[in-house]
Amino acid sequence: MSVELGETLHEWALAEAVVDTIKEFMSKGEISVIKSVKIRVGELQNIDLNIFKFALNELLKEASLEGIEIHIEKDEVMFKCRRCGCEWRLSDISLEEEELETIHFMPELVHIFASCPSCGSCDFDIVKGRGIWIEGIKGY
Amino acid sequence: MKELRDIRKYIDPRLTILNKRLKNIKRIVAVASGKGGVGKTLVASTLSLVLAERNYKVGLLDLDFHGPSCHVVLGLFKPTVIENKGVVPIEVSGLKFMSLYNFAGNAHLPLRGEDISNLMIELLAITLWGDLDYLIIDMPPGTGDELLDLMRLIPRARVLIVTTPSLLSLATVRRLVSLLRTQGVNILGVIENMSFNDDVVVKFTRDLKLKYLGRIPFDEKVEACLGRPKDLLKTKFAARIRELADELTRQYRRASNTKNS
Repeated sequence: MSVELGETLHEWALAEAVVDTIKEFMSKGEISVIKSVKIRVGELQNIDLNIFKFALNELLKEASLEGIEIHIEKDEVMFKCRRCGCEWRLSDISLEEEELETIHFMPELVHIFASCPSCGSCDFDIVKGRGIWIEGIKGY
Repeated sequence: MKELRDIRKYIDPRLTILNKRLKNIKRIVAVASGKGGVGKTLVASTLSLVLAERNYKVGLLDLDFHGPSCHVVLGLFKPTVIENKGVVPIEVSGLKFMSLYNFAGNAHLPLRGEDISNLMIELLAITLWGDLDYLIIDMPPGTGDELLDLMRLIPRARVLIVTTPSLLSLATVRRLVSLLRTQGVNILGVIENMSFNDDVVVKFTRDLKLKYLGRIPFDEKVEACLGRPKDLLKTKFAARIRELADELTRQYRRASNTKNS
């Protein structure tokens, strides 16, 4: 896979998704003033957190929502083999730079590159640590 | 002073952005079938090329995750991803094209249901189609995860069914139609591919009260045109797809006239 970079990366697309979700949440009237939002970011997506935070702040400003505290927590990846039941982490396997880049776009494509360190099966579940989730919202 | 509320939600933000990404697409057509090997990919790809030839803005999305192959029809040989505040579809033969091939090339993809669902959401959430007149989606065969997610995530998509005259194919189309109807999906009609001049599909569509969109005889010249869209557009197969495109554009025009009147 060759990657052509435009002016900004796809961390912006994910940040935009988070900000739009916050806006939608407010428009539904569930909460009128948001103080803080807790976001959980899966390790597998290999998000550049600096770019992601910068994009979030810029997009919140554009939406006149500056001042919302953003807390980001990383969610460690856990895989589980469907054949032998072995559980393992991302750090238990080695992946090439280009493979990580592919997984960055599409976390499920880890199935192309990884296999169970115990039995070699490519039939495994991503138990946790994939995409991005809004986990908690505080406000009035 | 109002009390500070702590709302615990597990919201997937990709589901919010998805509709925004598809907002400026006027018509979404999913090309589906009951069985594999009936010609969905060729119909979807050629239909996209024919519509682009008529200066419509067209996107082609390959959602057949286990066997993506539209890139073979279009002649793409190098997986490429273009990033710019999301992922920009590849421009090829006048189309905007997106497929897992762009990311994964020809690698094998051992995916189960939840992975397929996540991939589909991810792809729809990050792809920047921009303004389109038509988004043509090449579906995998059958009524699996991709179709269920299509109905869940893009309920306004209309379905174009491809079948051969074989009873083996028609039996599965019957199931597909039954599912689509129970879910209120708009079915554009049925196109008969690899036809051998029998009325079996005409009768079948009449029985099921489906629109019969025409027949495409087997065209042995098509195989040699795979990877060469310009040559593909010169085949008899493409001529029949032009007639199909005429019928679809008429259907959409009628629907929009009815809505406006």
